[in-house]
Amino acid sequence: MHSAVLLIEFGSILLGLGLLGRVAGRLGFSPIPLYLLAGLAFGEGGLLPLGASEEFVAIGAEIGVILLLLMLGLEYTASDLVTNLKAHYPAGLVDFALNALPGAAAALLLGWGPVAAVVLAGVTWISSSGVIAKVLGELGRIGNRETPVILSVLVLEDLAMAVYLPIVTALVAGVSLAAGSVTLAIALGAAGLVLFAAVRYGRVISRFVSSDDPEKLLLVVLGLTILVAGIAQQLQVSAAVGAFLVGIALSGEVAEGAHTLLSPLRDLFAAVFFVFFGLHTDPASIPPVLLPALALAVVTAVTKIATGYWAARRAGISVKGRWRTGGALVARGEFSIVIAGLAVTAGIEPSLGPLATAYVLILVILGPVTARYTEPLAMRWTRRSKGTPEPVRREEDARAEAPVGD
Amino acid sequence: MSAPRLRATPLPGIGVQYDLVTREHRHLSVVAHRDGTRTVNVYRADDPDSCAHSLHLTAPEAGALIDALQPSHHSNSLLSTTDLGLVAERIEVGATSRWNGRVLGDTRMRTETGASVVAVLRRAGAIPSPAPDFRLAGGDTLIVIGTREGVDAAAAILGRE
Repeated sequence: MHSAVLLIEFGSILLGLGLLGRVAGRLGFSPIPLYLLAGLAFGEGGLLPLGASEEFVAIGAEIGVILLLLMLGLEYTASDLVTNLKAHYPAGLVDFALNALPGAAAALLLGWGPVAAVVLAGVTWISSSGVIAKVLGELGRIGNRETPVILSVLVLEDLAMAVYLPIVTALVAGVSLAAGSVTLAIALGAAGLVLFAAVRYGRVISRFVSSDDPEKLLLVVLGLTILVAGIAQQLQVSAAVGAFLVGIALSGEVAEGAHTLLSPLRDLFAAVFFVFFGLHTDPASIPPVLLPALALAVVTAVTKIATGYWAARRAGISVKGRWRTGGALVARGEFSIVIAGLAVTAGIEPSLGPLATAYVLILVILGPVTARYTEPLAMRWTRRSKGTPEPVRREEDARAEAPVGD
Repeated sequence: MSAPRLRATPLPGIGVQYDLVTREHRHLSVVAHRDGTRTVNVYRADDPDSCAHSLHLTAPEAGALIDALQPSHHSNSLLSTTDLGLVAERIEVGATSRWNGRVLGDTRMRTETGASVVAVLRRAGAIPSPAPDFRLAGGDTLIVIGTREGVDAAAAILGRE
């Protein structure tokens, strides 16, 4: 009986998500906000509370986080990370200062205490690589000269997650300062070791995992990742970081094979993860935090644009490209929710979940809009203030006049 | 004239970007995505950081474009051509071809076109100098040698359905 109810509930959730995803695709924006809204609708205090499948969805959500981070690790090679860290660390520091500190300040202003401040700092800090990569592709900007700058900021944020997540995990678990620093030392040591091993022996590790049979490759990669994630969790280092490090250690053909095999799984479980987060948020708790969320979104959208502008100027990009860099970086998404999720499951500050939900809902929708319009608006504004007319050709016009027989 | 220099920039998570500045000082780049697709970008004159056109190509489309960019190889079925006026070409027998299952002699290819079939490539390997009683099958690739006109006529015969 119970299993029948579970199947019906879980099946309807997945079917609902699939249909929502299709709507999002037709409207041309990320499905993340719709998944969050679906979670709100199904959860406590929502329209249609679910009972039987809660536990199952919770485990699915955990696997979703692990897969999100594993795939992130697979995107990069260890040498990508090291080169980026060496070349662009000032941009990473500016990014941190401009975007993490407003989040922390907001939490302190709301009187939430230091732990929530660290969590909210992470929520406002990390841009959504998934949304941004998609938007760059859609706007035809993959080849633009500012794109490597955008990507390097994202890479640094992802690398910073490997240090930040264990700190948050330790903090929300309420461990003492001494135990916390031990955890941090373990995390840093593990991250350093994996980076070193991946640069030196990446080929050996990859050969061990490698298999021509997709089934075996899938099982070995998935098994290894979940095992390492579990061990990392046991050491209080955060399962997500363990998975990220496994992704980094794999390289070349194996990474590509695993990427293709795991992408659909990641999409499935990541969707479940967003629903799970929504499930745990009472829709009634959102309206009271809507104004702070909106204010925080506006402030951190502006600081992200400033970050991008600064980073692009440092890389010698012209003024227009600087505005485009800033606009592209605004979107927050999956990782803000991952971070907030840690605090919510640990029961830190009840308003944090609703605030993070509202904040991400706003910025995941606003992000693609700022990516598209920051440059034209900024150029129009600066032209008017300086009074120097300059012909600005819109990207749509450029695309419209690109027939094959041109 | 020195060889043009391609500058490679890694795009973490996406692939590698190759930049080229032409002799006419136009910028052009190709992004090699990790999934094997390519994006060809041409930059704007008024804003050299941004793309005026950005075309995303699948791997086979990129392959076809490469063929078009290499003027010495008009088609990938052409094996070689000599100054004597003879060409050798690969011609495939389609599954719907009328010759599928018939013997080579039935095509009367040498009589009508002067071109000869010097070998047949089949999945298992190559069959050199097939006799007129050789039975063709769909999917066979014939190596045909003759004059340009002869080989073209042979291709027309083999294309009959």
